[in-house]
Amino acid sequence: MKLFKNINIDKLKTGLNKTREKIVNKISETFSGKAIIDETFIDRIEEVLISADLGVEMTELVIEDLKTRMKKEEDRSTERMIEILKKALVSNLSVNNLESFDYTPDIESNKPFVILIVGVNGVGKTTTVGKLAYNFRQSGLSVIIGAADTFRAAANEQLTIWADRANVEIVSKEKGSDPSAVAYETVSKAISQKHDIAIIDTAGRLHNKSNLMEELSKIKRVISKLIPHAPDEIFLVLDGATGQNALIQAQEFMKTTKITGLIITKLDGTAKGGVVFQIIKKLKIPVRYIGVGEGITDLQNFDPVTYVNVLC
Amino acid sequence: MLEDLSLKIDKALKKITGQGKLTEKNISDTLREIRIILLDADVNFRVAKEFIDKVTQKALGQEVLASITPGQLITKIIYDELTELLGGSNSELTLNPTGITKIIVVGLQGSGKTTFCSKLAKTIKGYGRKPLLVAADIYRPAAIEQLKTLGESIGVPVYSQGIIDPRDIAKSSLDYAKANGFNTVIIDTAGRLHVDEQLMSEVADIKKLTEANETLFVVDSMTGQDAVNSAKAFNEKVDFDGIVLTKLDGDSRGGCALSIRAVVGKPIKFISNGEKLEMMDVFYPDRLASRILGKGDVISLVEKAQQSFDDKEAEKLEEKFRKNKFDLEDFLKQIRMIKKMGSLSSIIGMIPGMNKAIKNEQIDESALVKVEAIIHSMTKEERRNPKILNGNRRKRISRGSGTSIQDVNRLLKQFAEMQKMMSKLNQKGFMNSVLSKKNIKFS
Ligand SMILES: Nc1nc2c(ncn2[C@@H]2O[C@H](COP(=O)(O)OP(=O)(O)OP(=O)(O)O)[C@@H](O)[C@H]2O)c(=O)[nH]1
Ligand SMILES: Nc1nc2c(ncn2[C@@H]2O[C@H](COP(=O)(O)OP(=O)(O)OP(=O)(O)O)[C@@H](O)[C@H]2O)c(=O)[nH]1
Ligand SMILES: [Mg+2]
Ligand SMILES: [Mg+2]
Repeated sequence: MKLFKNINIDKLKTGLNKTREKIVNKISETFSGKAIIDETFIDRIEEVLISADLGVEMTELVIEDLKTRMKKEEDRSTERMIEILKKALVSNLSVNNLESFDYTPDIESNKPFVILIVGVNGVGKTTTVGKLAYNFRQSGLSVIIGAADTFRAAANEQLTIWADRANVEIVSKEKGSDPSAVAYETVSKAISQKHDIAIIDTAGRLHNKSNLMEELSKIKRVISKLIPHAPDEIFLVLDGATGQNALIQAQEFMKTTKITGLIITKLDGTAKGGVVFQIIKKLKIPVRYIGVGEGITDLQNFDPVTYVNVLC
Repeated sequence: MLEDLSLKIDKALKKITGQGKLTEKNISDTLREIRIILLDADVNFRVAKEFIDKVTQKALGQEVLASITPGQLITKIIYDELTELLGGSNSELTLNPTGITKIIVVGLQGSGKTTFCSKLAKTIKGYGRKPLLVAADIYRPAAIEQLKTLGESIGVPVYSQGIIDPRDIAKSSLDYAKANGFNTVIIDTAGRLHVDEQLMSEVADIKKLTEANETLFVVDSMTGQDAVNSAKAFNEKVDFDGIVLTKLDGDSRGGCALSIRAVVGKPIKFISNGEKLEMMDVFYPDRLASRILGKGDVISLVEKAQQSFDDKEAEKLEEKFRKNKFDLEDFLKQIRMIKKMGSLSSIIGMIPGMNKAIKNEQIDESALVKVEAIIHSMTKEERRNPKILNGNRRKRISRGSGTSIQDVNRLLKQFAEMQKMMSKLNQKGFMNSVLSKKNIKFS
């Protein structure tokens, strides 16, 4: 079952294309046609990659990788080198080389399939819950969502609007109530009402606040008590504009709740979210979806080739 | 006594010469390390490069205290420059005593605008202002509800007209404020991407038609390299007056603030450091500088070294000069020390406050050789008591030292002036007054 591929490169490109400078453009400033690996070339690549938030360490790794790959190459034209660079980048986006990038959750054998959405403040969790619910619903699945952000002003109201838009059921309790109680009720209802999928929104929390992180472990525990295999997915939502701190976020959330996938939002702007390269490398967490707008259809499967093409 | 003095001066001078000056070579490792630190802290690639280059150019040639390394000194210099760049003027919010002060809050999605609007309202209410919050975000689901909830919690009314053109909401909120005695209007706008031309025009219109007194750009402190692009675009479109840095209660290093400061040159006015509405503060550039750079240990080490040099060594030196009779014998010893240490300007440069004074004064180092030769050709008695140097003695000395009689005369004249000056010295002004006199040059 192919749930929703929805890869619309135009959407991703519109923003990313606007102010980005492609490596090709940069290189052709100094080279025309043929290039050899020299300092200028490497400097340009370094600038493009660091400007995309890959970080110094990752950028150096990629450049080393490129150099190694180029050694075997006869053709050293600029075009070829960029092609090789893209290959190197794509390979760095897979958690293990065997894995295919086409993510399809195995919902059939894990019903209700429980998805927990976590992340720091304002990254786009609630919006993403709305988009996910809509997409699953569109694929003919029955979905229930839980408003376990009982803290933020109007969090319930916000998710309720998304539930209406996606045409799915929502569980919410009044502001200030225990978020794990909301999670519990959502999953219980998913079981009793035989929903295919339960998606639980949580409050934004900074990863350095131990009490809030503990709250998250509790939510997870409560869910697991109801269904041993659940949560089936714990998605960490990252703002595509976030820099190196995203790695620390991933590390810390990983400690409390074993993150199973990443969702990168706001890639419809000019930010590129390149810090995911490090997260994938260090924590082996795959990217599953990307957010490319505020609309309900603005969620796409993560496609490394498309992503890398837009990156450089 | 003189032996004693010169020994002490010798020691003091040795202590301050350390590794000499900052050169491109002796700081290159540290600069490389600092570059990585800045990039890891999310300072934009180009901003980091330009910042380091500029600071380095300014710092090259500076003298290094013995107790620290060139790397440590350049780190401290970078920290100081960082603090200065992050700081800057106009960091206050303008609240007019009469009429209605209009504040618009803008920024990317989820940066913390709505929360900040409420925090600001709460704060200025505490100062006796009468704020009105305006819900001009018609796009985000439940944005109005959110502002209303927050407004209620702090007892600040929220003006809203539901989902109509935000320009109209902004405009009529001013009439409402006027009619109801509010003197500060805080307009919460929708989050928008800088590449969204339609929404960018919308916010520019709101600014224009409200004739806003303050437009604040709210930025998430976790933002990465792209901060320069969004800040630039917002600045071009709405020419904001200040920056609000949010979510500083996290552990991001906040380098985006440097990027933004560097590309748009607008002051950071406030920080937001928590979800609760009392969690905001004015901006302290030094705190953010150390957050971005880290290296607190190195910075305090250099500060301590500079401080103790300031306090002790300089004082000791000055006092010795001041208290003791300074004769040509002394002078010679000093010259020998100076020669041993390399350069006269380097020694003078080590003395606090001296660096700037000496910068424009070329010191002719080769003149020292001549001076030394002249004094060498004097007898001990002549050195102790230059007054006895009559014409014949001077002639003998010039012949003996291979210099001209004018050279000898010039030296003696300068020395006499120097003695005169020293007797007039007060503690603080000693070195300064010596060096500010052009005729002290050894030529
Ligand atoms: N441009 C763009 N905006 C997005 C995207 N995803 C979310 N947003 C916007 O980002 C803002 C924050 O989104 P939310 O879904 O409320 O974020 P959240 O993580 O739930 O926030 P908290 O619950 O407050 O922590 C809203 O204005 C969204 O419309 C995206 O992919 N692109
Ligand atoms: N930890 C922390 N959270 C903050 C801070 N400022 C805002 N937030 C949280 O960040 C999230 C987004 O804040 P909002 O005020 O809704 O952001 P916004 O810019 O109005 O968002 P949009 O209107 O969707 O563009 C909420 O969860 C806030 O509680 C802060 O300084 N620290
Ligand atoms: Mg939310
Ligand atoms: Mg808002």
